[in-house]
Amino acid sequence: MKYIDEFQDPELARRLLDEIHATVTRPWALMEVCGGQTHSIIRHGIDQLLPEQIELIHGPGCPVCVTPLEVIDKALEIASRPEVIFCSFGDMLRVPGTGRDLFQVRGEGGDVRVVYSPLDALRVARENPDRQVVFFGIGFETTAPPNAMTVHQARRHGIRNFSMLVSHVRVPPAIEAIMRSPDCRVQGFLAAGHVCTVMGVDEYPALAGRHRVPIVVTGFEPLDILEGVRRTVAQLERGEYGVENAYPRAVRAEGNLAARAMLEDVFEVTDRAWRGIGVIPDSGWRLSAKYREYDAEARFSVGDIRTSEPAECRSGEVLQGLLKPNECEAFGTRCTPRTPLGATMVSSEGACAAYYLYRRLETTPAPREASPVA
Amino acid sequence: MCLAVPGRVLDIQERDGTRLATVDFGGVVKEVCLEYLPDLQVGEYAIVHVGFALQRLDEESARHTLELFSELGMLQEEFGDPWEAAAGGGLPPVGEEARK
Ligand code: SF4
Repeated sequence: MKYIDEFQDPELARRLLDEIHATVTRPWALMEVCGGQTHSIIRHGIDQLLPEQIELIHGPGCPVCVTPLEVIDKALEIASRPEVIFCSFGDMLRVPGTGRDLFQVRGEGGDVRVVYSPLDALRVARENPDRQVVFFGIGFETTAPPNAMTVHQARRHGIRNFSMLVSHVRVPPAIEAIMRSPDCRVQGFLAAGHVCTVMGVDEYPALAGRHRVPIVVTGFEPLDILEGVRRTVAQLERGEYGVENAYPRAVRAEGNLAARAMLEDVFEVTDRAWRGIGVIPDSGWRLSAKYREYDAEARFSVGDIRTSEPAECRSGEVLQGLLKPNECEAFGTRCTPRTPLGATMVSSEGACAAYYLYRRLETTPAPREASPVA
Repeated sequence: MCLAVPGRVLDIQERDGTRLATVDFGGVVKEVCLEYLPDLQVGEYAIVHVGFALQRLDEESARHTLELFSELGMLQEEFGDPWEAAAGGGLPPVGEEARK
């Protein structure tokens, strides 16, 4: 889908692209934070429609991809226990732990169930009072409020056979870590739209100011992404580094206050390891003291499982924008969505899977096409 | 997982002190928790993520987004059978995508 006429509003897409082409005078490297944006960019070939000077670096914003191996192994261990019903979102099924995944645990007799909403897991707990029901609570700020509400409701209704394996991650500390990395090439950020739908934008001005990088809150559809790029590039060319909201139809400055209040109550900020990247200070949430008894890690004593990542997978570099997926040796050969070596190949929001789906047939590294609007 | 899909509220009930809505996502109907958007009304659109309404959306942009998602097969990805998807490697084969 590299052709502009396949955009929803080709006229508007062309205008945005023309303006970007007219504005750019120098090379700029922008990072799209969210995996949903990465998927959209690769699927629609947006990176190939942009002027050559603009490079899109794919950020670590895929929760499936950054959940550390250790946490996956804890999930597999808990899910294997006979008294447990393990509930998860569908996209965690194929994430490789050490030697197996949830899909296999189910094949070996584990009671693994896929739910659409975390509240479904709570319903399973009510319906099975003699079993232990565990929900795999991962995700960014968008997924955290639903999970927080679920733990809150479990406590309110005294549902004691429910617990959550929590590995939530937060975007702003990840941006901070990326900017502090000595290898950092990122000059502007397309911030993740739905994260800001919940959190609003107040965490960003300080970040933008401290690192002198423009941060533009951006949606997921092709036109949203073009608008985000247009605004980021305009700021860069003017030498500015402000925070802008290019996704106002879904993002208010204050976010969703009810959701933020629930997050404050149920979770507390903690250091968190990101798969392939390592520990980022303050980058996660865990259950607050008030809700600690719902912590599956403590309930099932899996706190001391330690693992190390397979050396062959270079997803850490991919997630930091240091390597394009198709530059990885294993890409498309030893590593495919059917036999993933790393989590970035599992979820369709992962950069490796997005490249596998839409760029596999192109040569390595992906050639830049002459832009039809240049 | 981070996909948030716009949907239209069909009706609203209260159960166990929780506000719940039946929401239509371009033909797929799901139960959605309204605790984070308590004043949402029947007929309105909202962005819904894993069963929770997170923000109101105007009808026009909601319809646009839904159309796009359904064209790209993303509604199937979000609401389809996850076991089947996982068995198939979690992702559609490249050839199928190329035909789109
Ligand atoms: S292609 Fe596979 S092995 Fe290479 S970085 Fe991506 S997930 Fe890891």
